[in-house]
Amino acid sequence: MRKLAVDVVVIGGGSTGAGVVRDVAMRGYSTVLLERADLGQGTTGRFHGLLHSGGRYVVSDPLSATECAQENAILSRIQAGAVEMTGGYFVTGPDDDPSFADKFLAGAAATGVPAQEIPVAEALRNEPRLNRGIKRAIEVLDGTVDGWQLVWGAANSARHYGAQILTYHKVTKIDTVDGHVAAVHCTDLKNGEDVVIETGFVLNCAGPWAGQIAAMAGAHPVDVIPGRGIMVAMSHRLVNRVVNRCIYPADGDILVPVHTVSIIGTTDVKVDDPDNLAIEANEVQQMFDAGEVLVPGFRKARALHAWAGARPLIKDNRVAATDTRHMSRGMAVIDHTTRDGLDGMLTIGGGKLTTYRLMAEHIVDAMCEKLGEKRVCRTADEDMPVEGAGPNYVVTHRLHDREHDRLDDQIICECELMSRKMFTDALAEQPKGTFDDLRRQLRLGMGPCQGGFCSMRATGIALASEHIDIERATELLRLFLKNRWIGLWPILHGEQLRQTALDNWIFAGTLDIEHLPAAESEVVL
Amino acid sequence: MATDGLEFAGHSLSRASLDACVKCTICETQCPVAAVTPLFSGPKYVGPQAERFRNGESVDHSLDYCSSCGTCTLVCPQGVQIAELNSQARAVMKADHMPLRDKLIGQTVLMGKVMTPVAPIAKAALNNKPIRKVMEAVVKVHEDAPMPPPQSQTFEGWFRKRPTPAGPFPRGPVVFFHGCAGGYFEVETSKKSVEVLEYLGYQVIVPKQGCCGLAQQSNGLFKGATKDVLKLCDDLRSAGKDLTIVSSSGSCTGMLKHEAHEIMGVEDERLKDVGTRIVDMMEFLLDLHEAGELPTDFAPIGMKVPYHAPCQLKSQGIGKPALEVLRLIPDLEVVDSGAVCCGIAGTYGLKKEKYEVAQAVGKPLFDMVKATSSELALCDTETCRWQIQKSSGVRTEHPIYLIHRAYGLS
Repeated sequence: MRKLAVDVVVIGGGSTGAGVVRDVAMRGYSTVLLERADLGQGTTGRFHGLLHSGGRYVVSDPLSATECAQENAILSRIQAGAVEMTGGYFVTGPDDDPSFADKFLAGAAATGVPAQEIPVAEALRNEPRLNRGIKRAIEVLDGTVDGWQLVWGAANSARHYGAQILTYHKVTKIDTVDGHVAAVHCTDLKNGEDVVIETGFVLNCAGPWAGQIAAMAGAHPVDVIPGRGIMVAMSHRLVNRVVNRCIYPADGDILVPVHTVSIIGTTDVKVDDPDNLAIEANEVQQMFDAGEVLVPGFRKARALHAWAGARPLIKDNRVAATDTRHMSRGMAVIDHTTRDGLDGMLTIGGGKLTTYRLMAEHIVDAMCEKLGEKRVCRTADEDMPVEGAGPNYVVTHRLHDREHDRLDDQIICECELMSRKMFTDALAEQPKGTFDDLRRQLRLGMGPCQGGFCSMRATGIALASEHIDIERATELLRLFLKNRWIGLWPILHGEQLRQTALDNWIFAGTLDIEHLPAAESEVVL
Repeated sequence: MATDGLEFAGHSLSRASLDACVKCTICETQCPVAAVTPLFSGPKYVGPQAERFRNGESVDHSLDYCSSCGTCTLVCPQGVQIAELNSQARAVMKADHMPLRDKLIGQTVLMGKVMTPVAPIAKAALNNKPIRKVMEAVVKVHEDAPMPPPQSQTFEGWFRKRPTPAGPFPRGPVVFFHGCAGGYFEVETSKKSVEVLEYLGYQVIVPKQGCCGLAQQSNGLFKGATKDVLKLCDDLRSAGKDLTIVSSSGSCTGMLKHEAHEIMGVEDERLKDVGTRIVDMMEFLLDLHEAGELPTDFAPIGMKVPYHAPCQLKSQGIGKPALEVLRLIPDLEVVDSGAVCCGIAGTYGLKKEKYEVAQAVGKPLFDMVKATSSELALCDTETCRWQIQKSSGVRTEHPIYLIHRAYGLS
């Protein structure tokens, strides 16, 4: 058993937790972040990549709109490398009510969200695949953001201030003494070791899992209602700006160009278990239909991958519990002292990725207030160490990089232009990582072939690097392909079906991966 | 629709075709350029892969090592328009810093007009080492690159000044398209084509005709190329509706049939009309033969000749009609080169920085030609003939040359 002692334990390694641990560390507290899987593996890694301008909420949720507009400007500065300033359009589809655009413009003015109506012809010239029947177009400052880079950037910044980031550490128990949080127990899933962390404060940032964490401390149930949303990535950028339907928020109303793909999203269905998110066939079809309204021919374009994420919405009495879209996207801090008679713990829920820094500021402010201390938040003022220093991301970056090192280095993932050195460097930093852990940082296997050509190369290189043995190599490859498959089968048609058939011939036919020797003992992934 | 080629290049149907790529790598194994130099990253890399990283701009300057031979598109089993994607990306990339050289060598009509009146001088100049060294230094055309052979008389001059053929023309009229090279430099090919057509009983109409714009297109000058190709369509249509247009210029035919539309996005009824009416000279003869309408009373030619089917012809998807027609000539042994490309790819192999690459691409072909015959080689397109002749030392002619002879016309 390992023992640690820190001022604050942050639970949850999504955007909220990463933002919180950075803020806590920057205010001078000793802190540790616990995440049961990899950073950004839950909700944060399963959204569409939109950095909101605030436009989406100018009519339905004005407070969120203003917050988004402010945070958009901050994030594109302090985490420039994770953000692409694509710009965005709100367009009135052929069958949409054109008068919503008037409400939109009025809402934007009232909430401080920069927005300007432009001639339809201009929108069509800049985004030639857009439906030529659109009736109005409003330009906004939407951007796109890589959720994993965002989280890792915040985590690395926190480390710089002394925080410890413990991934694959699953919280098992929270001790309380005399109505006050005293320690957090967790298990290191990579080696089975138990870890006990003495602490005076727990910040529960577990998103859809926040209710489960609160219950461990004996609090009354926290009604987090996971709202499931599915998304489908299309094989290339059908648009180069974010394109939103200019309607009251609905399903499938956003098409987001992020990295090399464009992502259509999303749905919103109340679910009970955030660990069990189905990708329903009818919802996939709904996304294609919605895409067809924005970009005619969308159904014939190649879909690469589908996935589902769970929104961490806090129950709000204003609307029916079954309608999660219209619950407040605003964040809520739950004070367990007044609610449960439990000192030393706060839970945060709601919010959205764009406002993750602000959420962190709120919950850490609340903590300082409870501790009777005045420590000022500085997270908006300081650029992140790595990605904050450079320019904003643009989609040509990797092509540009490979142009310069292509004669000296191999390209392992051809679709996403990942070089051998990128892979071996990341592996050396995370020798116990799975290929999915590396994928989230490198985009390994996220392009059109979905790992068909790169995953076996990566496996061979990892084995040759001696970070892993042959049994682990086999299991890592199998796990990677299995996880890719989860997102493939719901969209198997057209061009992606051909690819999958070819990949299957390679793995089942040539490599006979199903019948590789099984490991003699269990391989801990 | 999109008449501005560059605008089209940013969002074309070719880009949509990248969805069909399954990464099989067949194009990479067949690319003649990637096979001889690491400077070109290969068609899959530059085409369907890199295209996903382009947002209306091309940062991968090495794509300019693509010779646009079109082999990748031809061999792709999934229908990805790889060569077209590359041509479009190159045009976008070069748009704001087009080298003077690339603007000049696209001006084929200008070259012909300047050189014909002073053919002996031009010929001497193009064979003069010091002058070529200056050319290489100033306009970056390699000093050893093949140059068009200047002629004292243009085809048009010959056609107008010769005695008007009396007829009769039992097979009716056809339009003849010779291209700029066939007008100014490959005058003999054009003459022989006309004479064969007339021998067969066609009344040959030769409208005044300009350039198809191919050389500009392959150098990324879409605006000028689009203007030229549409002007040419008007020229050819002026000769009469619904007439078959027979062409002895394989590469220009490809431009009219598919490249202007697929690479530059020219959507125009005139182009569609001409593109569906134009037919390669040798394909025209093969069609006649297959219909039982080609006289096959050829005189024997006891000779062994290498034949090379150029990329631009292969990309039209018409097979290798010259091979089949030539094989009708008794005693003539025609050996298919089996080579992918001669390297020249229009103007690619002329350029100082590409010359060595183009020579390496063509080397298997040059070796094959030399090993097969020291006398004569055959090939359907002009710049390929110049390249083969210059690099192998073997005289290289259009296949019509032997057809003309076998009919006893020369």
